[in-house]
Amino acid sequence: MARRVDLLPDRDGAARFLPWTIAVMIYLAALAIAGAMALDGALRRFDQGISGTATVQLPGGDAKQLAQALQVLRDTPGVLEARPLDTPELERLIEPWLGKGSLPAGISLPALIDVRLDPRAIPDLRALDQRLGAAVAGAKLDDHQAWLERLRWLGRAGQLIALVVVAAVMLATIALVIVSTRAGLAQHQGVIEILHLIGARDRWIAGQVQGHALSLALRGGLLGLSLAALTLFALWRLGGGVFASVLPSVTLHPAQWGMLVGLAPAGALIAMLTARLTVLGALARRP
Amino acid sequence: MVRFDKVGMRYGPGPEVLRDISFHLEPGSFHFLTGPSGSGKSSLLSLLYLAQQPSRGLVTLFGEDVSAMSRNRRAELRRRIGVVFQDFRLIDHLTALENVALPLRVAGAKAAQVRKDVTELLKWVGLGDKLDATPPTLSGGEQQRVAIARAVIGRPSLLLADEPTGNVDPDIALRLLHLFVELNKIGTTVVIATHDHAMIQRFGRPVLRLEGGRLAAELPLARAV
Repeated sequence: MARRVDLLPDRDGAARFLPWTIAVMIYLAALAIAGAMALDGALRRFDQGISGTATVQLPGGDAKQLAQALQVLRDTPGVLEARPLDTPELERLIEPWLGKGSLPAGISLPALIDVRLDPRAIPDLRALDQRLGAAVAGAKLDDHQAWLERLRWLGRAGQLIALVVVAAVMLATIALVIVSTRAGLAQHQGVIEILHLIGARDRWIAGQVQGHALSLALRGGLLGLSLAALTLFALWRLGGGVFASVLPSVTLHPAQWGMLVGLAPAGALIAMLTARLTVLGALARRP
Repeated sequence: MVRFDKVGMRYGPGPEVLRDISFHLEPGSFHFLTGPSGSGKSSLLSLLYLAQQPSRGLVTLFGEDVSAMSRNRRAELRRRIGVVFQDFRLIDHLTALENVALPLRVAGAKAAQVRKDVTELLKWVGLGDKLDATPPTLSGGEQQRVAIARAVIGRPSLLLADEPTGNVDPDIALRLLHLFVELNKIGTTVVIATHDHAMIQRFGRPVLRLEGGRLAAELPLARAV
C-alpha cells in the first residue's frame, strides 16, 4: 500500500476539469485582490503626498495682493512654507488642457501659492481662509480635501469590487465542487455501495473524497496562482515603462504577497470542506 | 449470533420475496443455504449483511435488533461480517491486492501489516503472481478468489457466501471450502448459499432450504439431499 489509492479516480468525468476550473477561479481572485491592494497602495501614497499641503488662489494675481496673502500665511502658526508659483509653473499646470504655449495674449492667470503645512500642527484652515479673504478680495484656500475624498471613495469602491469578485469566485468554486462531487458519487455509486458493505462509515468515505478534492483543488490553485504571478510581473514591468505615469505601481508588501499565496490553500480548504459536506449530505439521504 | 423471527421482506411496493422466516444460528455454526433459483437465498443473505431491512418481523444480529440500528452502528457490525457476492463486486480500478486490503483499510489497520497479510492470503488462494492485476484482467475464477480473500481477510465473526465456488475448478473449490471450514473452526459463523449438492453432501453440515420465499426446513444433511 505504498502508493495512495484513489477510490474515485480523477480521470473520470467532472473531476477531470476541477483543477482547471479552480485554476481560473484562483487566477481571477488573485488578480482582483492584487488590483485592490495596488490601487489602495497607490491612493495611500498619493494621499500622503497631497495631505499636509494647500493651495491659495488669488484671482487678480498682482504683486501687492500676493505680498498681502503671503504675509497672512507666514503669520499663521503651522504654515511651514508658502511659495508663489512662477509663470512657467502655472503654464505647465494648464498645459494638459490648453496645450503648450497656447495661452492667448492678454489673458492673465490667477496667482497660486503653494502652502506646506506642519502635519503635527495643522492650522484651522477655515479661519485661515477667512483671514485670506479679508486681506485679499476673492482669495480662496483649497486644502484638496474634496479631491482627496473622491480618491478615497474610489479606493473604497475598488476594494468593494474586489470583495464582490472574490465572493463570486468563492461561491462559483463551491458550486463547482458540489456539482463535481455529486457527479463523482453518482458515477461511483457501485464503489460507494461496496465500501458501505465492507463496513466503511460515511465519514470514512467522505474522508476519501475530501482528500481527493483537496489534492485536485490544490493543484488547480497553484496553477492559477502561478498564472496570476506571471500576469502581475508583466504588469509591474509594464508599469515601469511607458505607462509609469498613468498606471498605479503594482507593488505589494510581503504580507500582501502572503495573502495572495494563501489563496491556493484557502481555495483548496474550501473545496475540501465543500466535498466533505456534500458527501455526508448525499450519503445521509441513502437508506 | 443470528436470529430471524417471522421475518418478511419485499423490495419497494412489490410482493414479499421472503415470508415468515424464523431460524436461529448459534455462534460458530456452519450452515448451507439452498433452494431453487428465485427462492430468496440472495435476499436472505442481503438481510444478513445489512444491505436490506426486513419489511416485518425481527432480525437480531450479534444480539442487536437491526431495525433500530444507527448508520454508524450498522457500519461497525458490517466490519464483523465477511461477504462473498455472487457477482464478486470488486472495484475495477483497484488491483487485487488493493481490493483485498479494503476491509483492513476501512478498519484503520497499519499499511505495512496490511500488505503483508494480504500478500500472504492472495498467495494462499493461488494468486501470488496476480497481486497487481486489476479485476478486468482476471478470469472469473480468479476474481472469485479475490472476492473470497476480501471477505475473509478481516477474520469476520460471520461469513456469508453466495455461490462462492461457482466459477472455479473442483480442486480450487475444495481448497476454498476448506478455508471456510478452518475459519469456522476458529469461531466464525458460516452461511454458504449454494446449489452444489455434492459439496453439501461432502461437508455434511446443516442445511437451510428456501422454497418460494419460505423456509422449508432446517434439515440435517442426509434429509436435505
